[in-house]
This record gives sequence, C-alpha cells and structure tokens, in this order.
Amino acid sequence: MHGLINRAIQAFVVSTYGEERWSHIMDTADLGFAQFEAMLFYTEEQSNKMLAAMEKQLERPLPEILEDTGTFLVSNPQVEALRRLLRFGGVNYVEFLHSLDDLPDRARLAVADLHLPAIELVENSPGQFDLVCQPGLPGFAHVLMGVLRAMADDYGDLVILDHRGTQDGAEVISITLVETDFAEGRTFDLGAHAL
Amino acid sequence: MMTADELTGIIDQICPMYLVVDAGGRMHFAGPTLKKLRPDMSWKGMTFFEVFDLLRPRWVNSMDDLLKTAGTKLHMQFRESPQTSLKGVLAPLPGGKGALINLSFGISVLEAVRDYDLTSADFSPTDLTIEMLYLVEAKSAAMEASRQLNLRLQGAKIAAEEQAFTDTLTGLKNRRAMDHILARLIGSGTDFALMHVDLDYFKEVNDTLGHAAGDAVLQSVAQVMVDCTRHTDTVARVGGDEFVIIFEGVNEPKVLEALSKRLIRRLEEPVPYGGKLCKISASAGTTLSSWNPAPIEAAAMLHQADMALYAAKRAGRSQHLFFEQGMQKDEPQVAAQSQA
Repeated sequence: MHGLINRAIQAFVVSTYGEERWSHIMDTADLGFAQFEAMLFYTEEQSNKMLAAMEKQLERPLPEILEDTGTFLVSNPQVEALRRLLRFGGVNYVEFLHSLDDLPDRARLAVADLHLPAIELVENSPGQFDLVCQPGLPGFAHVLMGVLRAMADDYGDLVILDHRGTQDGAEVISITLVETDFAEGRTFDLGAHAL
Repeated sequence: MMTADELTGIIDQICPMYLVVDAGGRMHFAGPTLKKLRPDMSWKGMTFFEVFDLLRPRWVNSMDDLLKTAGTKLHMQFRESPQTSLKGVLAPLPGGKGALINLSFGISVLEAVRDYDLTSADFSPTDLTIEMLYLVEAKSAAMEASRQLNLRLQGAKIAAEEQAFTDTLTGLKNRRAMDHILARLIGSGTDFALMHVDLDYFKEVNDTLGHAAGDAVLQSVAQVMVDCTRHTDTVARVGGDEFVIIFEGVNEPKVLEALSKRLIRRLEEPVPYGGKLCKISASAGTTLSSWNPAPIEAAAMLHQADMALYAAKRAGRSQHLFFEQGMQKDEPQVAAQSQA
C-alpha cells in the first residue's frame, strides 16, 4: 500500500491519540520501524499488520477508525493540502461529488504510483446519489465516508451518508443531500496557497 | 443579425478575458474577468495602448501595426501595478471595424489568481487553468513530501556513517575510521605520529571482576586518552584492549615521549567499579611518518608501531618505546608471555 495512505493513518492516530499510542501500535505490529514514509511503498502485509494492531490497541472497530481518518484528512489544518486539492473538484458539493469519478486519475496526476480504486457516482434523483467504490483497497469506502462528511461541512451542506454494504464486489455509499447552504462553509481561495 | 450586446454576451461566457477595440485602438467591450483585474477602470473609451504595454512583437507601435499581428502571439503587461503579464491573440473584425483580442494569463496565472482573488467562476469551464492550478498544488505537496523524506534519509545516512566509524562501547573511532584518516594524512603529505597502545593486566580485570568491569575500564581508558590528546588527534579502538592514536602534524619525538609518560601514568590510576578498584597499565609503541621514505604505507607504519609496542612489553610493560630499525616482534616465548 502506498506510503501516503499509511502515513495518513499515522498522522490521524498521532494527532488524535498521541505519539505514545502510535508507538504501541507499531510495537504490536512488529514491522521493525515506527514511522511510515509518505513517499515510499509498503507491502499489503505490512499495512494489514498495522491496521490490525491499530484496531486492537484503540479498541474500536476498524471501519469507524477509518471513517474518522477520512474526516481528519479534510478537516485538520495539518493536512490542508488535501482539502484544497479536493476543493478544486467543484464550486459546490454536487459538483464535488461528480468530480469524484476523476479522483483516482487526479491522485495519479499528483503522485504517479498512487493507485486508488475506481469510484463512480450514480445520481438516482436530484439530491440522492450512490457512490460505487470498486474493490482494491480494503477500507477505502470507509475513509471516503469520512471525507464525504467532512467535505459537506466544508461546503456548508447537510448530507446523510449510509454505507450500504457490498453489491457485486463493490461497496456502495448512499448520499442524500438534505440541505445546501445549511451552514457557513469554509472559504476556498484558488490562489491562497503560497507556492 | 445579432446585436453587439448579444454577441458579447456569448463571448463573455466562452472567453471572459477578451477586448473589442475599434480601428482607432479605442476599447468598446471588455470581458468580465478582464474587468475584474481593473475594477475601477472605465475601459470603454480608453485606448489599448493607454492600458497595456505591448512587449512583443517589438515593431508594434500603433493600432495599424497591431492589426497586422492577426493570429500571432502577443505579449503584453498592464502599464500600472500590478503589472500582470498577459498573452493574447488578435482577430480583425469584418469591414475594418477594429479587432477582437483574446487574452490569457499564461504562466503568470499563479500570481494573478492570488493578486486578483479569482475563482473558478472567472474561468471558462473549458479552460484548463483550474486543472493547472490543481496540478501545481498537488505537485508542490508531493515534492514537499519527497523533500522531507530526503532530509530524513540524509539525517539517517549521517547517523549511520557516524555509527559505522564509531566504536559503540567507548565512543572512540574504530579501525575503519582509522584507516580513512591514515589514508587522508598520507594522501595530503601531512606529517603525523602513530602510537599503538595496548593495555596491560586488562585480561585480569575481565577474568576476576567480569566483563562489565572490563567495559567500565575501557570507557575510562577512552576518556583518559581523549583528555591526554589534542582535539585534532585521533583516538581509535582497534581491538579488544588495543588503541591507536594518530597525532596530526607531529614530527618531534620529545613531545610524544612526554605525552606517553603522562598517558601511562593516568591509565595506571585505579578505576573504581562495584566497590572494587580495577588496576591496569599500558604499553605503547610509536613511529613517525617523517621516519618513512615516500611513498608512505599505512600498513608499514602500523607494523612499526606494533613492533615498538611489543618491544615495550618485552622490556617490562608500562612503558613507551619508539620504533627502531631491527626491532622484532615474533619471539615465540616472549609473545606467549605478553598475552595480557
């Protein structure tokens, strides 16, 4: 699994539970190192050991932790870059949802060897969507749930998300847009980033 | 036939940074994004050359010249600050009624987006500017992550190198470091002295008080050697209880004689360990690079220091001797006795 993904989980755990808990997790995982590097590659086995150790140490179901990781990635100022990159997807939440089809390609534009599973947005009716997430990265749909929730806050919209389980091998997240402009969203300046 | 307003309404959407100028160079219409760059300017009625400084092609000095550029790339910038640079292309209007000039930011788009607070609504949906901004930002983030990794790897490399040249027990240099330093001194032709020091009675300390006591003694010995030498000298632990000291820039035996006496005296001071006193001494042999003909060989000098050391051991230990021609190391019965 790409170092960026492992590193993102590490950043979430360290920021939420502290360095010490992360050290315990990595001790339990017994990988021989304590930090993931964002720009290196790790085997599935290494990542799975870390995830199993994390579930055990934090005593929470993995899907829940992964969803919180997704929320963290968008809402924490430490990782502002990702939120900004996602905001490039659209000027409102619906446009952002439609841009998710391009997410794996966009990710690959930024980091050539970062492969995310294909995702497809299906619009059932205005304001009612299914996001179909193809297999390939276990737990990715749960991270996406957290991202979707946090991005709704970012745009100031109110949404209801529901993980519908697996259909034909793909995970399905249903998205219901309850209210747009429900709250004041966060501002997004195209050029606010100092380059 | 469309009215001018209907036509500009369409152009506003497709290329929001256009200008319509008449044959005299006066501006009649400007696209919404272009207007946003100079919100307080009236645009209409001002001339193109009042607002813009045309940089290339250089031969363009009048509206007539400008019209002749049709289809080729124009480089210009605002006359007033911020002097954002723009690219453009001119298409003449039918009937000699002037021209439509479409503008874009080109590479200055990064500053422009910041300076003018532009949003994606200011660019046509078919314009790739937003994608370009995305890419610049994504690549900067990825590059930063790579840079951080490089910094950490470099730190780890320095630490690993440091470790590879350090004896972990004493913190002194190790044999590998000594080899490097000898090679450097010989390569640069610097005079130096090489002293081989071997501890006496160390084996007894190890045997009677244990290895932990032996380790404590070695650490104490290392400290004494560092204290007795200069910052520029090198102290290396090259074996269990063997040390090599390299004195850079020294070609005077007198200095070394005094130093070796002081060193041995200090090493004979008992080291307290676990309520007991560990007593050792040391023998040493020295050679000088200035005694060797060029090309100097590190192995030959180490061998000379070694022979001087064993001569010192044979002469009753706890003393220091300089290398002399004719010294022999391998006298079987004596070598057996000196297994300290």
